[in-house]
Amino acid sequence: MQSFWLIPALPLAGFLILALGGGRLSRGAAAVVGVGSVGLSAVLTFWAVFAFLAARPEQGAFTQNVWQWIAVADLTPAIAFHVDALTLTMMGVITGVGFFIHLYSVGYMAGETGYARFFAYMNLFVSAMLILVMADNLLLLYLGWEGVGLCSYLLIGFWYRDPANGYAARKAFVVTRAGDTAMAIGLFLLFDRLGTLHIQELMQRAVDTWPAASAMPTIAALLLLGGAVGKSAQLPLQTWLPDAMAGPTPVSALIHAATMVTAGVYLIARTHVLFELAPAALTAVAAIGALTLLLAGFSALCQTDIKRVLAYSTISQIGYMFLALGVGAWSAAIFHLVTHAFFKALLFLGAGAVIHALDGEQELSRMGGLRRELPLTFLTFLAGAASLAALPLITAGFYSKDMIIWEAYAAARGSLIWWFAALGGALLTVVYTFRMFFRVFEGPLQTRVHHAPGVSMTLPLVVLAVLSLTAGFVEMPRTLGGVHLFSTFMAGALPMVQLDPAREGHEWFFQVLSAGLVLLALLVSWRLFRRPIAHRAAGADSPLKAALQRWWLAGWGFDWLYDRLFVRPYIFLARINRNDVIDSGIDQIARGAQTLYRTASATQTGRLRTYAASMALGAALVIALAVWS
Amino acid sequence: MILIWLIAIPVAGGLAAWLLDKWAPGAPRWTALVAMLLNLLIGLRLLAPAEGPWLVAIDVPWIDAFGIRFHLAIDGLSAVLITLTNGLGMIAVACSWHEIDRRRGFFFFNLLWVLAGIIGVFSALDLFLFYFFWELMMVPMFFLIAIWGHENRIYAAVKFFLFTQIGGLLMLAAIIGLYIVHGRATGIYTFDYNALLGTAMAPPTAMWLMLGFLIAFAVKLPAFPVHSWLPDAHTEAPTAGSVILAGLLLKTGAYGLLRFVIPLFPEAARTFAPFGMLLAVIAILYGALLAFSQTDLKRLVAYTSISHMGFVMLAIFAWNELALQGAVIQIVCHGISTGALFIIVGMLQERLHTRDLRRMGGLWDQMPRMGGMALLFALASLGLPGLGNFVGEFLILIGVYPVHRTLTILAALGLVAASIYSLWIVQQAFHGRARETRHRLTDLTGREGTILGALVLAIVWLGLYPQPVFTLTRPVLDRMLQTARSAPATPLKITLAPAATARAAGPVEGDWHADR
Repeated sequence: MQSFWLIPALPLAGFLILALGGGRLSRGAAAVVGVGSVGLSAVLTFWAVFAFLAARPEQGAFTQNVWQWIAVADLTPAIAFHVDALTLTMMGVITGVGFFIHLYSVGYMAGETGYARFFAYMNLFVSAMLILVMADNLLLLYLGWEGVGLCSYLLIGFWYRDPANGYAARKAFVVTRAGDTAMAIGLFLLFDRLGTLHIQELMQRAVDTWPAASAMPTIAALLLLGGAVGKSAQLPLQTWLPDAMAGPTPVSALIHAATMVTAGVYLIARTHVLFELAPAALTAVAAIGALTLLLAGFSALCQTDIKRVLAYSTISQIGYMFLALGVGAWSAAIFHLVTHAFFKALLFLGAGAVIHALDGEQELSRMGGLRRELPLTFLTFLAGAASLAALPLITAGFYSKDMIIWEAYAAARGSLIWWFAALGGALLTVVYTFRMFFRVFEGPLQTRVHHAPGVSMTLPLVVLAVLSLTAGFVEMPRTLGGVHLFSTFMAGALPMVQLDPAREGHEWFFQVLSAGLVLLALLVSWRLFRRPIAHRAAGADSPLKAALQRWWLAGWGFDWLYDRLFVRPYIFLARINRNDVIDSGIDQIARGAQTLYRTASATQTGRLRTYAASMALGAALVIALAVWS
Repeated sequence: MILIWLIAIPVAGGLAAWLLDKWAPGAPRWTALVAMLLNLLIGLRLLAPAEGPWLVAIDVPWIDAFGIRFHLAIDGLSAVLITLTNGLGMIAVACSWHEIDRRRGFFFFNLLWVLAGIIGVFSALDLFLFYFFWELMMVPMFFLIAIWGHENRIYAAVKFFLFTQIGGLLMLAAIIGLYIVHGRATGIYTFDYNALLGTAMAPPTAMWLMLGFLIAFAVKLPAFPVHSWLPDAHTEAPTAGSVILAGLLLKTGAYGLLRFVIPLFPEAARTFAPFGMLLAVIAILYGALLAFSQTDLKRLVAYTSISHMGFVMLAIFAWNELALQGAVIQIVCHGISTGALFIIVGMLQERLHTRDLRRMGGLWDQMPRMGGMALLFALASLGLPGLGNFVGEFLILIGVYPVHRTLTILAALGLVAASIYSLWIVQQAFHGRARETRHRLTDLTGREGTILGALVLAIVWLGLYPQPVFTLTRPVLDRMLQTARSAPATPLKITLAPAATARAAGPVEGDWHADR
């Protein structure tokens, strides 16, 4: 397995070709390079999966050392890869979903200037994300981590002429960087205490050095969690993701739904040994997840922009993954990560097809009646929505979400509170998903369709729709026959969930209950939202309801709060000290010297009388001083 | 002999450039370019691993009566810095190609003499000779700012001169003081660096002498609160002047701290270390905040230097291998990335005739290649992994962490502040829409692309494979760490918040603060 390095290197090469020669390449050539490099990378990844399954390497991983990056004192991180089941799963998602999104972009971005620049950034992103998941040490992981953040910034601000896009891009970068800085401090701490940044070695030393539940692993885990909540848009650093929708829709699908935002989940899963030493940190992970999934769910319910619904939905679904991590349901978290990548990418691409067809319209209120106009988009979007809403038995989202809901209760670290949060979130998901779905596809036609999507856009939709429906069959609960292909595959990298034996027997009851409630919620949203807004009595909303809606629409006012807590004070400080108070102080010395010299030179009048008078005065003064002392 | 050549070529080249000005208008710049290229090639021979402590040396009596010798010697650290000087010197010549249109000969004379002075500073091992070179680089720099500078150049030049001169005089006093102390103790009156190492003296004497050196170097670095000459000097200097100021002159301050302050006065420096680190952290955050508030792009970049050099000072006072290696890389990479940003500002000013960010915007439309370059160096400045500055800042912070946790965390906030001002540059200048109508602008020319391309290669190389620099400087830093550690330890009188408690793995080799 000496060609792992090619998998991230191919998209990187694509980036270099497009960045250096982009201006001279034709659009066709740019598309071939951009899509082809990721496609080749995907082929290699699937070949690597087969090789992995065939070889079953010792210690559950292939490793490859490319070159020694830094070697100073004990700090010896290399450019080296560690490929185990978890990494391969992530690589499959990144290159597989990434390839289809690239393909989709060929059609979606066809009319845009900066075509080559778009594919250059996308390729760089894929490369950085692959490095993130393949890194064998935390410093290389951090390189990928910052790299994907950079690409996110570049692509959110892709349409750079509008300053609002630039603002959204910088917000995303700076907010996640605040989290990244916490993570960097975590690396300092880990290195200081354990003397290495190599992940496997680090985990081993952590177990050997630290007793469970002691302070050090808890602090270290919380610092890494800081990085994870920033990247994965969880409370309290979730505010950047809704604004990140300013980027082109394929970007939202790839970076802000399928891959980058799940990097936090990956990080925690990757360092699960450390987190298991820190039960308090794990509880924090679960609490953040539960709270985020509920808050974001309510916000999704009130959004008027189709992409912002999906953005809050993403925050909410990643909340599920965090909840799963927090209760120790490691492979359930990764399973949901995978299915979510399929159906959320599909929903974003479907939304993109709608936006594209309506010539840039994103407001739900201006959509409607598209079922007949865009039948293929309708069908695939329905598949994605069903999967997101976890409609029982026939969708992938059902199997992954059901696993989380059940294990949130049944795991040894689970509890009824987590179960309630997860179930409540599931019901919210159904309601906001189908609210969006009905608004877009039902009711009368609001905006004329300009152009239907071409093959490069519909093919990815169909493929992802199939995956959104069927990918769940690799892991089915005991009550439905008990298929455990996914968790068995994962077992090489992540421990199996510990179920509480006392609760294990209630599984079928909980499942029937949650499935029934999901169907009920579907009925409710059908009743509520199938008819267009205008048919409901306008202005009948109570003031309380209206206020609540505004509050949730604005994402619970976090932006407002942070603006006053951080942004404005910083700008204020910068503004009042623009001229550097220290420099003004030093200028005073110069000015004092000037005054002194003017005063002194003013005495040089050239008049004899003044001189005589001052001499006499001085002499008198001297004599007086002599007499007195 | 090679050391003589390294100084003699720019000196002679400068004179030749001045004389040839009358002969042909294009002659001075070609002379200067060839001289620096020659120097670069000769200097590359120094980048070989050495057997003994010094790679090459020359040591002859100069003023025997006072024990002053003409003693030049370089080790790995000096070799790296001299290579940086030659490289950036060449870049500085190339970026003045069209910018300087009057008194070209005298311009290149001054430019090359500053470079000669800097190479002298990096290689002098006699303290008197060091002071001689220290002053030699100051005067031509003054002329560069005062003659070829922008609107407010006289003010800036005088300010620069006064600040550095006051620092220089304090250093001269300290050098003479050290000379006398050593002479009285041993009977040997000498300015030789190696002889003066380990001079025994009373703690108060050591503290005063150290402060003399420290202030001179802190002004140059520049450290908070003696930084305020720098924004003016940088802003008003011609592009080549700014490149040399940011890329090289500031580094002489860092070099002085590394080479002289701590090895000569280890105990006094250790007593001062908590203050030094605190001042460094203030500089990091204060510089970043001020950078963000500027509207003059050149001034903005100047303030970022204060922030970045704060990391270097932090590392030097932490005094362990990780931090010091980080400081070396940071010194080199800051020279490259900030130099590049100044060059880009210069190119913008040539085209737009303004440095005011409020009058830029939307430049990407017409100049995507320059925009890409500016983006890359802005990213270097905010410490993006994969580019050299990250390696420096990460090593510094990971090295400082065991020494002082709180200060490390505060310094790490500088990374967030750096991303705020760096992305602000890109937004204000290149993104958005044009805020005023302007003529057609030409994107990077071949000459400009070559200059920036070379700097890109250097910064990426240092980001992905910095090991050659570590290999070269490691023996030097090891020796310095040994010297400072072998000094008798006295308990610290002044401490800030307590440092990290005892480490699980025991003190790391070279941990200067391990006895706390």
